[in-house]
Amino acid sequence: MVNKIVVGAHYGLKDWLAQRVTAVVMAAYTLIVAILLLGQENLGYASWRAFMAGGFMRFFTFLFVVCLIWHVWVGVRDIWMDYVTPTGMRLALHVLTLLALVGYLGWAASILWRL
Amino acid sequence: MTTRTMQFKIYRYDPDRDDKPYMQDISVEVDSTDRKLLDALVKLKAKDDTIAFRRSCREGVCGSDAVNINGRNGLACLTDLKDLPEPVTLRPLPGLPVIRDLIVDMTQFFKQYHSIKPYLINNDPPPETERLQSPEERDELNGVYECILCACCSTSCPSFWWNPDKFVGPAGLLQAYRFIADTRDQATSERLDNLEDPYRLFRCHTIMNCVDVCPKGLNPTRAIGKIKDMMVKRAI
Repeated sequence: MVNKIVVGAHYGLKDWLAQRVTAVVMAAYTLIVAILLLGQENLGYASWRAFMAGGFMRFFTFLFVVCLIWHVWVGVRDIWMDYVTPTGMRLALHVLTLLALVGYLGWAASILWRL
Repeated sequence: MTTRTMQFKIYRYDPDRDDKPYMQDISVEVDSTDRKLLDALVKLKAKDDTIAFRRSCREGVCGSDAVNINGRNGLACLTDLKDLPEPVTLRPLPGLPVIRDLIVDMTQFFKQYHSIKPYLINNDPPPETERLQSPEERDELNGVYECILCACCSTSCPSFWWNPDKFVGPAGLLQAYRFIADTRDQATSERLDNLEDPYRLFRCHTIMNCVDVCPKGLNPTRAIGKIKDMMVKRAI
């Protein structure tokens, strides 16, 4: 294969936009959870569990986790793109990152499911 | 006329003579008529004619005397001597290969500049008079057309340091927006296609070193933001 600089992958915009949208969702989640928790008296295991088991919190927490995973994917991939130049090693790191993130997503979903 | 002695530390490297670069301590007498750093550099050159640096217009128009001054990129001809803490440390622009002393190889920088097709693309037959714009349309070019391609911005950008072969850099992107924003240009869509890439445009992480150092007071980050806005507008 010729050693030519190849660019033009045509996917930059989608990820840039996704990173911003997911950041807004995560910021809103953090703010809302902080406000709701500050309003709770005697925060213990039972009240914490009841708080997280509500329909709204289950929906919003899952949304938060999806946004976090997506946001992390774009950010970590950017780091690999900047610092790891051999294509094979970079592809391997991309795949490992994706697999780990999918695993984390499943794990988070199973925790939320059990509540 | 009052004179004073100024202390300098200058990056020296001559690949024909030196194994590796070193910093040279050197002082020079400057008088009250020496207003800018370039005046001192010219006197330094008279004292030690082996010091190599680029300069031409000496008034901030040609952009050839861009150097790293006390850790910050700038034009020697626009930098006031009286404001500089001593010893004044002069290094070549970071991130580009050094040819000799303060002279860097700008090939990569200009390759990126050429990659954005820095000329008007309009396939209509030229009119008898010039292609007209309204004052409002022309206003959009203010703050972007003034770039002198000194490379202060691109060589202060960490994203350009890591990927100079793939990331266009702030100077090139500012120029890209100059033609995207030009109502006389007909290649807007092709220009956006050319930049829609995780490296070419989206390596910009809004660090804004470019805005901080631009000797002409331009804002490449704002221009990059406008290119992204246009891409979003086109996509949704």
